[in-house]
Amino acid sequence: MIPRHFVIAMAVLLVAVLGLSVYAWHMRSTAASTPVASGDTRPLAPPVAGPTERVTLYVAHDDDGSLRAESAQIPLPSGRQQRAEELLRTLLSLYLDKSSPHVLGAGADIRSVFLVDPGVAVIDLNSAFADTHRSGVLVEELTVASLIRTISANTPGILRVKILVDGKERDTLAGHADLSAFYDVTAVNQLATQLQPAP
Amino acid sequence: MRWTKSKRRGDFRSAGVPPAVLSASRGPTVGTPIIGLILISALVLFGAAPDKYLAVYSVAANYSLPLVQREGRAYVGLLEVLEPLGKVSAKADGPRWRLRYNNSVEGDFQVGKTHARVQGRDADLAGKFLVENNRGLVPVGSLGSLLPRILGGPVTLHEESARLFIGSVATHFTASLSADNPPRLVFHFTGPVNPTVATEPGALRMTFSREPLVAPASPTLTFGNKAIPSAIYSESNGMAVVTVNATIPVMASFSSDGRTVTISPTSASAATAQNTNPPAPGAATSPGQPPPAPLTTPPAAPPAARRYFAVVDASHGGDDHGETLSNTLLEKDVTVALARSLRQELESRGIPTLVLRDSDANLSVDQRAIFANADHAAIYIAVHAASNGHGVRVYTSLLPFGGDDRGTFRAWTTAQHASLPLSQSAAAAVASELQRRQIPVRTLTAPLRPLNNVTGPAIAVEVAPQGSDSSQLTAPDYQQLVTSAVATAIAATRDQLGGAP
Repeated sequence: MIPRHFVIAMAVLLVAVLGLSVYAWHMRSTAASTPVASGDTRPLAPPVAGPTERVTLYVAHDDDGSLRAESAQIPLPSGRQQRAEELLRTLLSLYLDKSSPHVLGAGADIRSVFLVDPGVAVIDLNSAFADTHRSGVLVEELTVASLIRTISANTPGILRVKILVDGKERDTLAGHADLSAFYDVTAVNQLATQLQPAP
Repeated sequence: MRWTKSKRRGDFRSAGVPPAVLSASRGPTVGTPIIGLILISALVLFGAAPDKYLAVYSVAANYSLPLVQREGRAYVGLLEVLEPLGKVSAKADGPRWRLRYNNSVEGDFQVGKTHARVQGRDADLAGKFLVENNRGLVPVGSLGSLLPRILGGPVTLHEESARLFIGSVATHFTASLSADNPPRLVFHFTGPVNPTVATEPGALRMTFSREPLVAPASPTLTFGNKAIPSAIYSESNGMAVVTVNATIPVMASFSSDGRTVTISPTSASAATAQNTNPPAPGAATSPGQPPPAPLTTPPAAPPAARRYFAVVDASHGGDDHGETLSNTLLEKDVTVALARSLRQELESRGIPTLVLRDSDANLSVDQRAIFANADHAAIYIAVHAASNGHGVRVYTSLLPFGGDDRGTFRAWTTAQHASLPLSQSAAAAVASELQRRQIPVRTLTAPLRPLNNVTGPAIAVEVAPQGSDSSQLTAPDYQQLVTSAVATAIAATRDQLGGAP
């Protein structure tokens, strides 16, 4: 004959198993309904605290393939490197908006910006930035020119820029724009001039 | 790479020689003078079996390799075929034989098997794979399908004549008979040639052993003239031969840096003068025959490297799809079609053109630049396609920072620097012609490889539909509209580009 305490223990365990199963099923359903973008924990807006400054963003427009200078009043931290990061994140927040003139993929982010003297800036993008970027010579160079022109226009002294993806060197952004070498800021400024909208 | 009829490798000592003869010929240590006598007798009675060679033509090098007969087929060493084309190594591991090419392509072969694996994909061989002295031998008939997978580019094999063309390297020719009296037969070649010329009664024979000459539309050309009635093209044993039938003594003269050969009747005085010259190397003379007709020997200098005026690069390919233009349309497929169309348009304007990627093959940007630089093309044109925007965008290189040249050596990342003004000039000409044809066009610089690695003038052309429908990119009419404009502009700036380094 089976001891009574053993039957009770088995019944409790059975109830626990059933309860955990229902809980797991519930958690799974909840996870499935959560948008993928929830993995993007980056703050899209710059910190609201502190004094604001007027900066010039060079915004890409796909409709006419142009790069347009647009003024913005944003709060910026005091550190030079942190300022550069927030500047590019402000630019990125424009591109992540659904109504953006130059949409970037969900989850695209600037991991960090390093300013190395003399005159070198290293922009480290996350892998989603490059992996979800649309392919094409013009569309890729608009992104590159936008990033470099914006950071160089608002951060004096930058002569060359290197773009990394996830901290590593990558051949191209999305099959076309070369990321293997250092960009010459002077040459990119000339490109930005070429990319100005027709009068 | 030097052309030579001697074997490139000692491992091919057995080429064309029966095994019994080979064992006897390995040295006198056998000490069997009887075998030696038998050998000498056999050679005297039957003559040595003629060596057979595979001629390989490529942008990087032209060379010949000895063939060996195994299993009733002609075999060639795969390593020897690839050695002049890139960095290649092989490792024998029991019955397996592994090949590595340019540190990126791997092949796995098994002795006695008729299939292999290259880059993880099956490849059928025309016969069993063999290994002799650690060297992998493949049937010559397999090269046409095997090499494109290894080299990542188009390969054309003329199996019967053992001639292998890697890439679009072929030299074409036309022949026309002038209405002069006496008549002159003029051959125009798309590249410099330096054939061995020989005469015999009723014919003049030009043998092209180094040039990638290919047949005209018809191998027999008839001219309807009594003095020079016809010419016949043929190929065998790695060589191409053009035989001009003539009822009068004729001579060959070369002009246009070896691109033109004129066959004309000789005068008695010319004949006398020519007969005082030593016979040209390889000239056919045999006892009992009448004296050979006078020849004008070709230039003594070695033949110039094959040079294309334009190199058209169909961007992307293989695993690199480029932009996905629509659910069914990839950029890599459109660029090949555009590149072929552009080649046709350029060649119809008399501009020799090489298409770098003429199939769905992987080709790195470094390889593309190396091919373009090795060919010293007057213009490099990369072709891209895009779904965004309208019309055509013409790019020149946005040079990266730095890249200091060292003496005569140019920095790889800024190799384009010296040619940038010419590139910009060509881009402006192309844009102007497109504009003239009512096609929306922009000229821009772009950080687009390999433009910055090309030493000569280099542009990229990105073709987008005129409207929003990407399927227009596959429309032959639209493709021809664009490529025709580009070709016209290149032809118009030919003189300017021709002076490029």
